Amino acid sequence: MLPFDDVIRLTIIGISQGCAYALIALGFVLIYKATEVVNFAHGDFMMFGGFAVLTFSEGFGLGFWPGLVCACLAMGLAGYLVDSLIMRRIIGQSQASIFILTVAFGFVLRSAAGMIWGWSPLSLDTPFDGETSFSGITVGTERFAIVGATIVLCFALYAFFARSRLGVAMQASSQNQLAAYYMGIPVRRLVSLVWALAAVIATIAGAFMAPVTQLDTSTGFLGIKALSGAIVGGFGSIPGTILGCLLIGVIEPFSDYYFPAIKGVSAYIVMLVVLFVRPDGLVVQTFRKKV
Amino acid sequence: MSVPLLEIRNVETYYGPIMAIRGVSLTVNEGEIVAVLGANGAGKTTLLKTACGALDCRKGRVLFRGEEIQCRDPDRVARLGISHVPEGREVFPFLSVTENLMMGAYTRHDKAGVAADLATVFEYFPVLKGIRGRMAAYLSGGQQQMLAIGRGFMARPTLLLLDEPSLGLSPLLVKEIFEIITRLNREQNISILLVEQNANVALQVSTRGYVMEVGGMVMDDDSDRLLESEDIKEFYLGKKDEGARGLRRWKKKKTWR
Repeated sequence: MLPFDDVIRLTIIGISQGCAYALIALGFVLIYKATEVVNFAHGDFMMFGGFAVLTFSEGFGLGFWPGLVCACLAMGLAGYLVDSLIMRRIIGQSQASIFILTVAFGFVLRSAAGMIWGWSPLSLDTPFDGETSFSGITVGTERFAIVGATIVLCFALYAFFARSRLGVAMQASSQNQLAAYYMGIPVRRLVSLVWALAAVIATIAGAFMAPVTQLDTSTGFLGIKALSGAIVGGFGSIPGTILGCLLIGVIEPFSDYYFPAIKGVSAYIVMLVVLFVRPDGLVVQTFRKKV
Repeated sequence: MSVPLLEIRNVETYYGPIMAIRGVSLTVNEGEIVAVLGANGAGKTTLLKTACGALDCRKGRVLFRGEEIQCRDPDRVARLGISHVPEGREVFPFLSVTENLMMGAYTRHDKAGVAADLATVFEYFPVLKGIRGRMAAYLSGGQQQMLAIGRGFMARPTLLLLDEPSLGLSPLLVKEIFEIITRLNREQNISILLVEQNANVALQVSTRGYVMEVGGMVMDDDSDRLLESEDIKEFYLGKKDEGARGLRRWKKKKTWR
């Protein structure tokens, strides 16, 4: 049996890991809700964003926070352009072509990152390096930073979507695109802005994950785990996504500890089980979308 | 004569290879309510969608105050002062009643004016005031129709395009909604282009009417004259005239064919 201290430690690590998945998954869900596109390159957005933070904060010597802000702006612009120049042209084509396009885009990002920053892992200096101890339990500070960032970001996003004019208009255009057009809402620009927002969130996730994963071209594959978290929670529901990601994050360190043979696979097993038992995910949206 | 508010000239719109409307013309003058009648599939909705930019026409022109607006994106057309209340309500299901109405005013920046118009909508539709915090998906069909019209009004349009406001509503509700449409026209000075299958109500509130069949215009006249016309009576109002022998002619032809 695991000592109590370790249970607590693994739980904290699990929660922070789940929060990190949730940060990534939020981007998936936002883009999916706005355009019904699952952006399989989203994990690579996160990877690329992490490297961008490195370039701004250390390459240009701006320091972590200003570097993070600059990287967010740059990645936001990139996300906006990806939609307005590439994705907009293929919307309305078959899901398969969109799927292949986003997967291919992920590969392009990965190679670009490899060519720019090299293929070996780099480390990013963050203010959260070091360890925090309380009552005999020691956990890396970056773990708490991830949880904090997720909470702050979730509240900010909630306030944005529920209160601001632009946020409500984004909801409106995702619920009924044509009616939004009739109201004079520039739907296309809003969709591009959603992509920008998702890219910004991905960059934040990349920066906060950097102390845990290092900056590496392959960290984009975390996106697939985040995606399974989102599916567990019920794709398309933001609270469900966060719940599902937390669940997967907490299950992971324990299953890795007890069943080392299936290390790293538990997230997908949970997803399969949920898909068999509750195909709509744990938190079912109130209404089915009308076709 | 002054420039009409909306003029549609010989518009042809296609769905892929299929011609949905073929060379349709229509005018709406300032302050008018114009009705377009026709059966299912006559092309009425297509006509409205072409007018507001949701569909691009292949030929012809749409003029708003003399300015060509065909083939523009619908959000840009909406900013000119044309508000489209689509067929089947199309409210934003997961937004509250108030949020839906505020989305109607998305293009406006005068906060005081928007607040005043919100109060006006609640005055026209007192039902909505009581349920303003409720999600639009939970409203009844009639309430949703009221919400859709209110949302269209919130943009403060000069021209309101109404697509089948009577669809699926009880006769009492239809009466109520058409009274408000008349009031919007008179009190708020909004010109209205109304598409309807319910010819009787539509012709009673409108000043002029057009009749569409299989993608073309077949009649246009003042509404009171259309109400008296034999064809309209027979085919749209369902009034049968008694023949000389007390029997209906069993194979009456429409005069425009």
